[in-house]
Amino acid sequence: MQIDWLAFTPGPAFLGGILLGIAAALYVILHGRILGISGIVSGLLSPQEGDIQWRFSLVLGLLSAPILGGLFFGLHTITVIDADWIAIIIAGVLVGFGANYGSGCTSGHGVCGLSRLSPRSLVATVSFMSAGFLIVFVIRHVLGL
Amino acid sequence: MRRHFSFFSQYLIGVLFGIGLIISGMSNPKKILNFLDLAGNWDPSLIFVMGGAILVGLAGFYLASKRSEAFFGGALHIPTRRDISKPLIIGSLIFGAGWGIAGFCPGPAIVGLGAGHLKALVFILAMLAGMAICNRFFTGHKK
Repeated sequence: MQIDWLAFTPGPAFLGGILLGIAAALYVILHGRILGISGIVSGLLSPQEGDIQWRFSLVLGLLSAPILGGLFFGLHTITVIDADWIAIIIAGVLVGFGANYGSGCTSGHGVCGLSRLSPRSLVATVSFMSAGFLIVFVIRHVLGL
Repeated sequence: MRRHFSFFSQYLIGVLFGIGLIISGMSNPKKILNFLDLAGNWDPSLIFVMGGAILVGLAGFYLASKRSEAFFGGALHIPTRRDISKPLIIGSLIFGAGWGIAGFCPGPAIVGLGAGHLKALVFILAMLAGMAICNRFFTGHKK
């Protein structure tokens, strides 16, 4: 293992992480819910009475973040997508299926779950991190893609 | 009135979360993949994202646990399950595999769509299909 010091950005990473924590904390205190994006999005597929508006409000907020961030804070959204179209589709299906089947994603299990010291979320986070490490190892170093 | 404030608050929290994802680098798939590449040129930044988020989150969820209801009304919907089930592990492994293939997870993908990336849109449509398959043929977390 060698560390890529040029790409390493501990400052912005920590600051951004604090904002994620504030959002999750505000969400549970103000709205009484876990800020898990996959759960919120998934609920739009089978809407219950009275919950489609709030789910949509939150998703709309995420969608407008790059625009508002650029407008008010001069924030530049860097999104480099190396995966090709087929990889994108396969990845999307796996992420959607896995998040629903495993009851959460990076935000629900990783941020909120670990913050409330949930053993289930710890197991989920270790599981998806391990799978992520493994698949990147296979793709980059075994298959050499 | 309170209802409208509640929706606006949801929207602002979405914006705040999105901006957190952008500043932290989480919304950049290349950065995620470089974090997941332990054997390559490793970028450990994501550890600091999680560290910052959990530091604040710990305080937030502790404060929430002292409350009897949410500020905008209604009960606190905090998960109560504690069992380490097969779907939890298998689902998370599948999720992690998808995350490692494209470098996208749900929140960053939506931010990527907001930034105008067509691949983010395709990823989200595929993700919705994956969710629908799970809801239709397997027991999702919706029960």
